[in-house]
Amino acid sequence: MTEIATLNARCAQALDSDRLEDWPNFFMERCLYRITTADNHARGYQAGLIYADSRAMLADRVTALREANIYERQRYRHILGMPLVDAGPDGSMAVETSFAVIRTMRDGQMIVFAAGIYLDRVSRDSDGTLRYAERIVVCDSQRIDTLLAIPL
Amino acid sequence: MDQTTRESPARDEPGHTLTTGAWPPGLTRVPYWVYRDEAVARAEQARIFEGPAWHFLCLEIDVPEVGDYRTTMLGAMPVVVARAETGEIVAFENRCAHRGALICLDDGGRVKDFHCVYHAWRYDLRGNLTSIAFRRGVNGQGGMPADFDMARHGPRKLRVTVVCGLVFGTLSEETPSFEAYVGADVMARLRRVLHKKLEVIGRFTQELPCNWKLYMENVRDTYHASLLHTFFTTFRITRLSQGGGVMVSPNGVAHASTTLAAAIAPDSAYAGIRSDNQGLQLREPGFMQSVQEFNDNITLQILSVYPGFILQQIHNALAVRQIVPLSVDRMDLNWTYLGFADDTPELRAMRLKQGNLAGPAGFVSMEDGAVGGFVQRGIAAAEQEQAVVEMGGGSAETAETRATEASVRGFWKAWRAQMGV
Repeated sequence: MTEIATLNARCAQALDSDRLEDWPNFFMERCLYRITTADNHARGYQAGLIYADSRAMLADRVTALREANIYERQRYRHILGMPLVDAGPDGSMAVETSFAVIRTMRDGQMIVFAAGIYLDRVSRDSDGTLRYAERIVVCDSQRIDTLLAIPL
Repeated sequence: MDQTTRESPARDEPGHTLTTGAWPPGLTRVPYWVYRDEAVARAEQARIFEGPAWHFLCLEIDVPEVGDYRTTMLGAMPVVVARAETGEIVAFENRCAHRGALICLDDGGRVKDFHCVYHAWRYDLRGNLTSIAFRRGVNGQGGMPADFDMARHGPRKLRVTVVCGLVFGTLSEETPSFEAYVGADVMARLRRVLHKKLEVIGRFTQELPCNWKLYMENVRDTYHASLLHTFFTTFRITRLSQGGGVMVSPNGVAHASTTLAAAIAPDSAYAGIRSDNQGLQLREPGFMQSVQEFNDNITLQILSVYPGFILQQIHNALAVRQIVPLSVDRMDLNWTYLGFADDTPELRAMRLKQGNLAGPAGFVSMEDGAVGGFVQRGIAAAEQEQAVVEMGGGSAETAETRATEASVRGFWKAWRAQMGV
């Protein structure tokens, strides 16, 4: 449990401290990362605000944010709940963790940008490192203010 | 004029002149007060959203069976869309005839009839008032007057039309048929994409910090796409130097812009422009892998129907978007991501991956969420100033190039006709 909580905290730290390039490394090479909402999740709708099925796609998202996309300077602060860990398929762990993200804009405006749960499947990579094989980010609200640039 | 009766009109009066500022001649200038004035916003509700225009309400598949309903918006007006006993789709204002409370409180569902939670007034699936709790009082006391006519009390009803699986509504008897409103050319573009049964694959709401018109102008602005959105340009999803064009209906109401499959040869049209970032390399560009599913070489088509509907085809990423104004400087953009009911698993997987291109986090659309806000903030003190909309000249006609603002001028042509400005 401590190991999982540390994985969650390190991943959030990478996003919150603008080390976006480190973020894909918390995932398996073949993985699923998807941002959705509670309504979409309940209805089984598969589309995501972000949808990636490999670490390379996550790295591309970071490249695009750095090189291509235009958005005002902003930062996130992730507040994480205690991970609830259950046995998952194939020796993996099924983890559910609450989160809240406060977004602070260039001018100091702060809002609760998102809150919800991470539905994760965590496995040990061949080198023994715990990584996300799957992370479904289920936001409680279907409403996104302005745009979603930095991943959740 | 009797001043005592003209103060603070509760509603916009037809013929009442908007006196905030003058409009410069022609279609090439847009005065900034149109994005900031509360009186303009109130007049828009009366003259446009409740006026002679077709408004996207929901999808036909949102209400597949009798008794299914979905709530939506007609500008500021809450609306219920329902499938009536006859199988017909109907729509009415989501407002109880008694005290004005919402009749439906959820996004949708299935019911036998509707009732208001406040005092239990009941309505049939068409929004007709059918019963009033304690209408005859209790023990011979109280109750409604005997001559109270339920048929004369009810929420306002919309005319509804279903086109290509889309449900549109209007409150005005003057609104022409949908096909006449949109025009034959853009209708063909609508049918091109929406040619079989749809399936919803996701719904999201993006709240934008700008006047609703700034977003619709952005949608119709074929000039900005490859300049603001680096992703488009670098990966040759759309460049103005690719084939394509923009179609504008004669009344300005509808537009469709298209991009044809990419040219193979490199071109230098964008040399030195920020968005042409040749050094940008993706590790897995395969996520943009697509198939031509509409039997032509149009890889991208953005279509709009004034005032608030957009149909998007970016490769295989399909979506409809609905504009809902919230105030003079905020709006909701309701995204419905779509597939077809008969998608193969392979095609569906492509749609999910290409979904990264559009939406609130879209590689080629996230900037659109912010840029309207940049204008809204930029014009905060510019009510006497005006925007320049002169690329491609002064007309609002169909063009073989996208290096034009013809479609934006078409929007203002339609807006000004309805607003009497």
